Amino acid sequence: MSILITADTTFIVQGITGREAVNLTRENLDYGARIVGGVTPGRAGRDVYGVPVYDCVRDITSKTRVDGSVVCVPPRFARDAVFEALENGIRLVVVVTERIPRQEVAQMVELAALRGARIIGPNCLGLISPGEAKMGGIGGPAANTERAYSKGPVGVMSRSGGMTTEIANTLTAAGLGQSTAVSIGGDAIIGTTYAELMPLFAADPQTRAIAIYSEPGGRMEAELADWMRDNGCTLPIVAFMAGRFMDEMPGMRFGHAGTIVEGVADTTADKIERMTKAGIAVAERIEEIPDMIRARLEEAA
Amino acid sequence: MRFYEHESKALFARHGLPLGPRHLARSADDARRAAAAIGGPVVLKSQVLSGGRMKAGAVKFADSPDRAAALFDEILPIVVNGQRAESVLVEARSEVAQEYYAGVTWDGRRKLPVLIFSDMGGIDIEEVAEKHPEHVSKTHVSTLLPVTPRIAKEAVGATGVTGSELNRIAPIVDALIRIFFEYDLTLAEINPLARLADGSFAILDGHVDLEAEARYKHEALLHELGIRPEETRQARPPTDFEIAGAKVDASDHRGVAGNVVEFDGNLGLIIGAGGGSLTLFDAVRKQGGRPANYCEIGGNPSVKKVCELTKLVLSKPGVVQVAVMMNVVSNTRVDIVARGVIKGCIESGRDPGRTIAIFRIPGSWEDEGFKILKYHGVEFCDRSVSMHEAAARAVARVGR
Repeated sequence: MSILITADTTFIVQGITGREAVNLTRENLDYGARIVGGVTPGRAGRDVYGVPVYDCVRDITSKTRVDGSVVCVPPRFARDAVFEALENGIRLVVVVTERIPRQEVAQMVELAALRGARIIGPNCLGLISPGEAKMGGIGGPAANTERAYSKGPVGVMSRSGGMTTEIANTLTAAGLGQSTAVSIGGDAIIGTTYAELMPLFAADPQTRAIAIYSEPGGRMEAELADWMRDNGCTLPIVAFMAGRFMDEMPGMRFGHAGTIVEGVADTTADKIERMTKAGIAVAERIEEIPDMIRARLEEAA
Repeated sequence: MRFYEHESKALFARHGLPLGPRHLARSADDARRAAAAIGGPVVLKSQVLSGGRMKAGAVKFADSPDRAAALFDEILPIVVNGQRAESVLVEARSEVAQEYYAGVTWDGRRKLPVLIFSDMGGIDIEEVAEKHPEHVSKTHVSTLLPVTPRIAKEAVGATGVTGSELNRIAPIVDALIRIFFEYDLTLAEINPLARLADGSFAILDGHVDLEAEARYKHEALLHELGIRPEETRQARPPTDFEIAGAKVDASDHRGVAGNVVEFDGNLGLIIGAGGGSLTLFDAVRKQGGRPANYCEIGGNPSVKKVCELTKLVLSKPGVVQVAVMMNVVSNTRVDIVARGVIKGCIESGRDPGRTIAIFRIPGSWEDEGFKILKYHGVEFCDRSVSMHEAAARAVARVGR
């Protein structure tokens, strides 16, 4: 198994006629995704690589089962697009769009909770269950995706889309495949955090270890450490912490919107300490991750 | 982006919140006139984007217009946490009976705004929360439900405030929540809110932070407050090099080649993407390398954009070589970045083979990219070389 998506997952692409969305649709189809429709208001009747385009999400959900949606629209239309997906019963919404104001993200997340749905992102590249399917631009063209990702026992969660692929590629090269890799997004508020994905990974029989990419800013690592402790979780986790130089540069934003050091809890030093205390191993270099995971898997066995 | 105190107060005043008489002074004469107009004791406060003004001696009290003018000259040059002031706020000094704290900010863990209220204001709220938790209330606010008065009432009431005091403070706090939402703020803070000796209330100090992503929605407000489009209001003002970097990025909407931050080293960095740049910058420093800059390339920037960024980095005094490195890329075309940096070297009158310390960008179109690099004699590596190893090679080549 995997988490969140399988080869069976049906989804739509909102904003499908945009340049980035057209590429993403192509890449996902090539990787075996079941894209059952696309939405761009006023463009009904067209198609993108054979995927029919509609004006409204309802035009698709009224006809067929839709498990998920990839939202790839400009920032000022993003909240409306996500609301449309949620109000039409879609339970998994991947928001690719960057630079959405935080208040609007919080509104999406609050509505998703009311509707029993899950948001991944915003500001993410989506997710992939290698050998099954992918949703979003993660891994790029199918041939590149196949080179970097392989099926296996490691779940991946990353605040950076690009680093999701770097870590998967490093694992693949070392003979460690992935169950599901999730680019969770780089904003200060995101739909699904590390700790919120943990119950899914913990319950997944395929997942036997986790690799994490992390950065300064926010409380997500503290939340993960607390979750591990409170749930007595023994799933081995290896984290990589980038942006250590930022500890010396409070108030400066680097990388992603959520990546800023404003207080002690935002620093990499504080996060590393919390994670280490919770039994999460922290790698100094990406290439150390496979051996560290192997060692922990052997320890567990 | 942080607002100065006087801008925050102007925003509060727009919404009818209680503020004492005040004037912004840009010269000692201004300060003298302001104090005379206010009549009576005044407080002078340096306008910087930082806390710790009192400690730095940048807040002072004057009993006469002449004294105010003298203090203006004393306060203005004081650097507070690296911030230099251009103006001083002159405000009536009133006798305070009690101080309160009210702030709204985002709680990233709960993914909701949180309203924090205390009847022990004027000091560091985190300290109060630690030592006197019963005097601090934290109330999460829905982003979907309308803001109704019960939120502020409950928050204020939870600290034991009651009677007419509750009924006078709650509307101020209610307005603060509304301002937080209306202007897409990441922080709206009043500290202290004071009950004066005569029973009236006044905001003595406050500040707001507007989210950069929402700036486009609030152009009218920024214009009214006199905040210019080029003001970033980061922890320090941008350098000329950084402003030039922002111009390169804005020159073409395709892809990202910007977020340039200046450092003082010999190794120029053309790195990406968001997380990759953080990882690579750390990796260079860990190897004892001295980066000349931070930057991010990502998406699919044009050849011209990468070329211009390369030229900018190479133009920085002291830059010996550039390292061109990214994580395994999904959507960035390796050949386009290769063309861009080579063109940038040539147009700077430098030999690409000697100028590019290392090129490590694996991903789409890499075979085409590697061909071009080989032709120009540039040292490159594929994904079998890790990001840290690539950084180590660059540092070894340029020298520490």
